[in-house]
Amino acid sequence: MTLAKPLPHDAAFQHVSGTARYVDDIPTPASTLHLAFGLSPVAKGEIKSLNLTAVRNVKGVHLVLEAKDLPFTNDVSPSAHDEPLLADKLLHYAGQPIFLVIAESHLIARKAAKMAEFEIVEGVPILSIKQALSSDSRFESGPRVYSKGAPDSALATATHRLDGSLNLGGQEHFYLEGQAALALPGEHGDMVIHASTQHPTEIQHKVAEALNIAQHAVKVEVRRMGGGFGGKESQGNALAVACAIAAMQTGLPCKMRYDRDDDFIITGKRHDCQIDYEVGFDQHGRIQALKFTHYFRCGWAQDLSLPVADRAMLHADNAYDLPHVRITSHRLKTNTQSATAFRGFGGPQGMIGIERVMDHISHFLRLDPTAVRLKNYYPDMSEINEAPATTPYNMPVTDFILGEMTQSILSSSSYSARKASVAKWNAENSTLKRGIALSPVKFGISFTLTHLNQAGALIQIYADGSVLINHGGTEMGQGLFQKVAQVASRALGVTQSMIRASATDTSKVPNTSATAASSGSDLNGMAVQVACKVLQQRISAHVSKQQGCPEDLILFSENMVTGPNFKLPWLEVIKSAYENRISLSATGFYKTPSIEWDRIKGQGRPFLYFAYGVSVTEVVIDVLSGENRILRCDILHDCGNSLNPALDIGQVEGGFVQGAGWLTTEELVWDDSGHLKTHAPSTYKIPACSDRPEVFNVSLWNAPNSENTIYRSKAVGEPPLMHGISAFLAISNAVSACGSNYPHLQAPATAEEIFFAIKRAKGMTHEF
Amino acid sequence: MKISFRLNGASVSAIAPTGTETLLEYLRQDIGLCGTKEGCNEGDCGACSVIVTGKDGVPQAMNACILFLPQIQGRSVRTVEGISGPDGTLHPVQEAMIAQHGAQCGFCTPGFITTMAAAHANGENDFDTALAGNLCRCTGYAPIVRAAELANQKPVPKWMQENPELVSKIESSETIFCPKSADELAHWYKENPSATLVAGGTDIGLWVTKQMRDFSKLAFLGHAEDLRQIEDCGDYLQVGATVTIAALMTAIQPLYPSFYAMLLRYGSAQVRNAATIGGNIANGSPIGDGPPALIALGTTLILRQGKNYRRMPLEDYFLAYQKQDRLSGEFVESIELRKDQVNLRCYKLSKRFDQDISAVCGCINIRTEDKIIKSARIAFGGMAATPARAKITEQALVGMEWSLQTFESTKSVLLKDFSPMSDARASAAYRSESAQNMLLRYFNEIQGAAINILEVHP
Repeated sequence: MTLAKPLPHDAAFQHVSGTARYVDDIPTPASTLHLAFGLSPVAKGEIKSLNLTAVRNVKGVHLVLEAKDLPFTNDVSPSAHDEPLLADKLLHYAGQPIFLVIAESHLIARKAAKMAEFEIVEGVPILSIKQALSSDSRFESGPRVYSKGAPDSALATATHRLDGSLNLGGQEHFYLEGQAALALPGEHGDMVIHASTQHPTEIQHKVAEALNIAQHAVKVEVRRMGGGFGGKESQGNALAVACAIAAMQTGLPCKMRYDRDDDFIITGKRHDCQIDYEVGFDQHGRIQALKFTHYFRCGWAQDLSLPVADRAMLHADNAYDLPHVRITSHRLKTNTQSATAFRGFGGPQGMIGIERVMDHISHFLRLDPTAVRLKNYYPDMSEINEAPATTPYNMPVTDFILGEMTQSILSSSSYSARKASVAKWNAENSTLKRGIALSPVKFGISFTLTHLNQAGALIQIYADGSVLINHGGTEMGQGLFQKVAQVASRALGVTQSMIRASATDTSKVPNTSATAASSGSDLNGMAVQVACKVLQQRISAHVSKQQGCPEDLILFSENMVTGPNFKLPWLEVIKSAYENRISLSATGFYKTPSIEWDRIKGQGRPFLYFAYGVSVTEVVIDVLSGENRILRCDILHDCGNSLNPALDIGQVEGGFVQGAGWLTTEELVWDDSGHLKTHAPSTYKIPACSDRPEVFNVSLWNAPNSENTIYRSKAVGEPPLMHGISAFLAISNAVSACGSNYPHLQAPATAEEIFFAIKRAKGMTHEF
Repeated sequence: MKISFRLNGASVSAIAPTGTETLLEYLRQDIGLCGTKEGCNEGDCGACSVIVTGKDGVPQAMNACILFLPQIQGRSVRTVEGISGPDGTLHPVQEAMIAQHGAQCGFCTPGFITTMAAAHANGENDFDTALAGNLCRCTGYAPIVRAAELANQKPVPKWMQENPELVSKIESSETIFCPKSADELAHWYKENPSATLVAGGTDIGLWVTKQMRDFSKLAFLGHAEDLRQIEDCGDYLQVGATVTIAALMTAIQPLYPSFYAMLLRYGSAQVRNAATIGGNIANGSPIGDGPPALIALGTTLILRQGKNYRRMPLEDYFLAYQKQDRLSGEFVESIELRKDQVNLRCYKLSKRFDQDISAVCGCINIRTEDKIIKSARIAFGGMAATPARAKITEQALVGMEWSLQTFESTKSVLLKDFSPMSDARASAAYRSESAQNMLLRYFNEIQGAAINILEVHP
């Protein structure tokens, strides 16, 4: 059986040999045309005139399109129909696509796209949270508010009170493969799209709208992405739609890929935000009342900002039982890139808010931050006697295991001893200071838009016994195809060599949800298992009839079908089933049970379950410069019964480094006119090899999910990113060793930010 | 022009009409060898890494996205498609990457495989350094380093040996000149002063891939052997303009470990294997990391125009932002790098530790006698429009007692030398204060205090 084995990624061989094919690697006819967008040079303005003559005159340019040339719907929004493919007069951010160049080569298209002459009346852009608030520039009519208990009165009577503010920078996905799409025009108006997308169905919908054709005429295929991280949930729409329109108009294959700088400038990123807090607590650090205000900078279009900001609110409690709490969330509209999904989908922002509160309380009371955290944890599931505690949105927390997990990591990481040695080091060294911190993760699993929690699968068994599986999930590196193949292998009782997963294809499984919200293996694994069971029942019935044995005595294992008095090879059984006209193709469907959610009231059960984890990170900082290194990180992470521990550990390691990058070196900088200044890896710094912790211990908490998920596993895509918070807290801890004041460390904690936070710790006021 | 080279063991030739066709474009678009990926098109992510082996037989990782075809004339190139054996046997780094789960999305993987295979062939085991030029967004690097360590236990496969068989010599064309010597270059450049000189191409590459500039005439300097020699002249090293940063590092490591350590953070292995010290100087970037150290060492610059030579202290070459004291048709031929400045220390601050451009680079070289400061050469990058000496601070220090108090009280003089600016890398305030702190760091380091963050371990 292959389930729970640490098998390599299904394409590991292709990856290391350079034969794994991405959109831009697909062989295309010589007649293929290449596309590039001409971009807005201003953050806000109105186009008075647009002269594209010079663009059209570039040798090798076939066609140039602007908004008025688009045949049908001019929209690539995944939500509110507020995102034109090409700007129609009004310009909303610097980098917004205005026109589309269709040329003989990628380079010619890029060169020509720079040659437009614009006459633009520039407006005053709304860029900052402050500007957006003062002009009431927002999505939804006012802030969303979720609350529980009586936060105002509880705060008024609290033993101690603190308040503070945390600015959190955004984050560029920096998937190594930039956005890309290829459209191949077919007969009868059909269109085949190859796209680097987490959401083939959405691409299908947007292309159908743009071409005014039915969805059955559009087929979207995705073999793999070179990284997604949420950045390919909606941001690929523009390229695919542009290619489809160009292919329809020219009758030729059309391909588009963003040059890296364009990718940075055009596409959305993680929401940056500000989180204000007021907290009341007793002398042990137990929270009595808490008020959060979230200010999310959503950019110019709605995109996925509402559910992102919702999820931030839903993670404002993280692991802590809050008796009286109110979370107020403002979704601000600004003249910047439209912020979008990014691994964690608002969860990381919500979570770090309360972790900052824990840090602040501990500093104020001079208590061990871990002790304060433990004081506030939800009760472990094993300790629930009466009614379980509820979240701020009234969901009972019945599967909490962080108490036990935390005790385990405190011991395995030698937390107490290391805390003492950090204190000793800090007493003896003036230039280099160390810090250590623990932080927990409790992450809700399910799409908060309840209807998205469904998946379909199609399994085909061929007459030679080989099995082809197809499902709605996409492969972006997370190893989904391998996990699902392992599920199919177990469910059918055939070895993995008999199974292949085909590229995700909207013509095989319709109406799929994005591969997002960590849901890939939960949803698609279940759908595949359902389909496998259907096929197995048909085959069982056939064998039962032939062998004269009850169906429930027939076993499928290791390519053998076994009964009380027979043992038949799988190949033989399949051949016989085919010859006896048994259908060897089946679909499977799954929808997540038990969930219901009212996002306006903020009440219900948005999640089927929670995934948990806890980490301890130690850092060193340099007082003279703010430079820092992560010395060691220990993580204990909950994947339920892991479907594949190697792939799960890979998600945890990678998630931590990506989360730590968000909170340390990854800084997005816009200038005063709204132009993004960090638009390439030369200026935007994701972690490099040496930025990983020198000692990096990751282990899995292998205990079954209390909910009936696929083989009792848990989702793993997003939750580990939030272990990066412990790196941020460890830096804050090290900074705190430089002075007696709370340093109010802001994120990202670049060397510069740390340098100035040290001054704040020393009481030399420095604004943040 | 026609370019001949070896690709994955076979002799091939390619046509480069303008000379700015990149190896990556050739591989992916011209011959459909799509294993090598484009991640950033500017030499910062390493997804396009290939192995280039020249006459010396040393395999080196380089970024194909900013490597122009004329630069690989006569050399051997190995891409990810040429890493496994002729019978399909996987290279040890490929096997190890599978075994250690070193690939997730797989897009950066071909670049890692080639960089790792080059490091493997050279017996390197400092993987933080060897792999700093390869970005991975999925794995967090841990499994990749585990794979590199595992592969290092295996020998270099025979098929990785490049065949040194000579390919045809390079021929210049009307607009593309490939001098075989400094004399040839001097003569031609005097006649063609508007031409653009390309050495490593790690900067000019971006003029092409990002600014999409065209050039009327180009000279590729990589074939002039005499320009890339390092000669030991007793008191100093004579370093030719096209000596790569990698080769310079080897030469200075025993002399100046601190300079060497800083150069470990200069670009990445791929960049250091291509970039040249002459290019670093000639481009006059205010944030290049070579000039501050060289200025602090008291380096002499040798410029040549035709048969005429000029010598000057390196700091005098930098006149203003992107303006150098270089005559029409004149080029950087070499530098004289002094060997006896044992008090040099170099400090680099950047947002990311490795492979990042400096926010501030400070190089300090102070000599004391009997606890009195006798001489000081202090140079900074990132603090002004050019790399520059902190002359007022130097003067303030000379004659003072060698003590922490001297540095505490003198560091603010630096603000008379420099008023730095704010940009995406750092604010003016941070630059000013952290640069001043470099003086304190220097004192502490010479006194033997713990000041190096890299020396702290869990």
